[in-house]
Amino acid sequence: MSERESMEFDVVIVGAGPSGLATACRLAQLSSDRQLDLSICVVEKGSEVGAHILSGAVIETRALDELFPDWKERDAPLVTPVTRDQVYLLRDDQNAWSLPSALVPRTLHNEGNYIASLGNLCRWLAAQAEELGVEIFPGFAATEVLFGDQGQVIGIATGDMGVGADGEPKDSYTPGMELLARYTVFAEGCRGQLGKVLQQRYDLAAGVDPQHYGIGLKELWDVDPALHEPGLVVHGAGWPLQNGTNGGFFLYHQENNQVAVGLIVDLDYDNPWLSPYDEFQRVKQHPVIARYLKGGKRVAYGARALAKGGFNALPRMHFPGGLLVGCDAGTLNVAKLKGTHTGLKTGMLAAEEIVEAIGAGDQGGSDLAGFDARLRGSWVHEELYATRNFAPALHRLGILGGGALNYLDQNLVGGKLPFTLHDRTPDDARLRPASACSPIDYPKPDGVLSFDKLSSVFLSNTNHEEDQPCHLHLADPSIPVERNLPEFAEPAQRYCPAGVYEIVDDGAGPRLQINAQNCVHCKTCDIKDPAQNITWVAPEGGGGPNYPNM
Amino acid sequence: MKVLVAVKRVIDYNVKVRVKPDHSNVDLANVKMSINPFCEIAVEEAVRLKESGAASEVVVVSIGPKSVQDQIRAAMAMGADRGIWIETAETDLGALSIARLLAQVVRDEQPGLVLLGKQSIDSDNNQTGQMLAAMLDYPQATFASKLTVTGDEAEVTREIDGGLQTLALKLPAVVTTDLRLNEPRYIKLPDIMKAKRKPLAQTSPETLGVTPSAGLKLLSVEPPAERQGGVMVESVAALVDALKNQARVL
Repeated sequence: MSERESMEFDVVIVGAGPSGLATACRLAQLSSDRQLDLSICVVEKGSEVGAHILSGAVIETRALDELFPDWKERDAPLVTPVTRDQVYLLRDDQNAWSLPSALVPRTLHNEGNYIASLGNLCRWLAAQAEELGVEIFPGFAATEVLFGDQGQVIGIATGDMGVGADGEPKDSYTPGMELLARYTVFAEGCRGQLGKVLQQRYDLAAGVDPQHYGIGLKELWDVDPALHEPGLVVHGAGWPLQNGTNGGFFLYHQENNQVAVGLIVDLDYDNPWLSPYDEFQRVKQHPVIARYLKGGKRVAYGARALAKGGFNALPRMHFPGGLLVGCDAGTLNVAKLKGTHTGLKTGMLAAEEIVEAIGAGDQGGSDLAGFDARLRGSWVHEELYATRNFAPALHRLGILGGGALNYLDQNLVGGKLPFTLHDRTPDDARLRPASACSPIDYPKPDGVLSFDKLSSVFLSNTNHEEDQPCHLHLADPSIPVERNLPEFAEPAQRYCPAGVYEIVDDGAGPRLQINAQNCVHCKTCDIKDPAQNITWVAPEGGGGPNYPNM
Repeated sequence: MKVLVAVKRVIDYNVKVRVKPDHSNVDLANVKMSINPFCEIAVEEAVRLKESGAASEVVVVSIGPKSVQDQIRAAMAMGADRGIWIETAETDLGALSIARLLAQVVRDEQPGLVLLGKQSIDSDNNQTGQMLAAMLDYPQATFASKLTVTGDEAEVTREIDGGLQTLALKLPAVVTTDLRLNEPRYIKLPDIMKAKRKPLAQTSPETLGVTPSAGLKLLSVEPPAERQGGVMVESVAALVDALKNQARVL
């Protein structure tokens, strides 16, 4: 295969999500203020900015207020302020307790926040960045970190295009590009492919708790205008998740008679028979949710893993030549159920750190350890520290005990309880043998409120070039059938929200079939596989879901 | 020889098209848009003609609001030399008005070859190329699956019902592309940057002296009927009965 060409920039940013775009915008602003004339480039694996963005989302504007104080005049797509918060504990498939506002942990109050599509916010941020002179390249996946001879990061390479399923170049073969930079900022979101490589190479997670994850599934519905209450935010936990499985649903009434509904299932669940997708389809049947969806029409579907380990699992975010920002490190505030504001803020801080260094004559490749102090001095640290016990409390004490502790911690002492709860078992090590757990009998989809997986994937507009190598790498191809199947009934069949993994038997015994073209890039398989045998890598750029307003 | 290529901004072929709740049109809000695939094939063919030496310049033209600049830039990243943007408020003027506007561009630019997609995947009209050729009184070859240019003559293989037809045309001519003409290249990152610096001229229907006519009015858009789920029948007799009395196909 032919040689790769290279291009040089001052800063290369991997991922056009909120944290990557905030890095880009802040860099461009500061570069212009200080007349540094930095060249800034953002690569994004989605076919366009926003195509792979999926979030609730209720957005706190604190970081945005700092980045673009005039965001309203610039027509940022935040138009639906939260008007009312409801929190429910679902007791069974019919009943629920509504929590009085005074008993809800303070972090779950949303006064002043906005219901929005994070994808659209990213599209808007990209437009701001381009106006500031940033080069944004959607459709190009960063698939490789480039290291210099001092072991420092010197940039990334984008993936080759036009390689066949057999690994051989096709007529359309176009080699990837090497994008070299003084500093590279990794903003891939939760469980980033390159972030994972960097965490291992530089041992960034040394001394912190393992990261914990959840899978978020979301649908967008056009609802009956008579049932629509713009600004209403509904959260809840409990049914149908049980026996120590944590998570919760959300339902947000956004503009244009649309409702975003979703379920987060924590990936530390232990029953391999559990299917987050089917739990989501089931929770929509509860009257608390179904009453709004009645007569409505589902218009979009998607799923994405999220990092919820918070403060205790936060790795070092700097290393020679680069920085990790946002959920590539795991800066989501789980107590607020929000990560956009912290993602934006860490991106801005990264930009400030880089400008400070380059402005002082740094030529690149240094370990910007000052980023750590910058984070510690910011409100991101304050928030994440104050909420460090929130998720571990729920995991260890259950929803009532943990909820009570969180109420005490967040509402009465402001996150200053003099101890830290830890959760040291990684999510992939939590599954119990299938034989020791009861299979879950999920109701069949009714085609009204609940649907099958494939018709859902259809609504994610997912597409991959068919003739390309499989982007889900098995370190040992025998493990799914030899180990995962007998021990855990191959849980990939159920945790994958897009039907990528199937055990099929054509008469010659069971085998694992990987339908890689269905993949919605959620990364759950990379996280939850009990053998840690699956590595998710970016497929040919431009592939994956094409989320419209998610 | 100069080649003029017309491109249309359409909803991306991967996106599931959704009808607006009020049935006034399809919903384009925040939906991914792309160059119409047949137009992309036309751009690719023009760039290949230039690379082979048969063409000297590739000019790409599009009509619509400012957003169509994205598609003109994409075509320039593929290798077109310059762009012409005819600014209109409407996203789709209809084939007749588009052909009139393009005819005026052809009169101004005097290309040796005009390449268009055979149809756009949104409205599926398959009219613009034919109308344009008629207005200009140029020879036309539609549904091209192979194109060679030698001197002032083009040889075009067309995909027709039941086989292939080969035509020889005197240039200037209008050729519309079919799916098998070529496979468009992957755009390279440096070419996207170069495309940002290529010239893009802006004009308008008024400047071109064309008044777009509202020939057609869109009354309503309906999605196709949703597929019904299958049923398992107990016996052959039940199947025959279902085909006769429920599906009414026997």
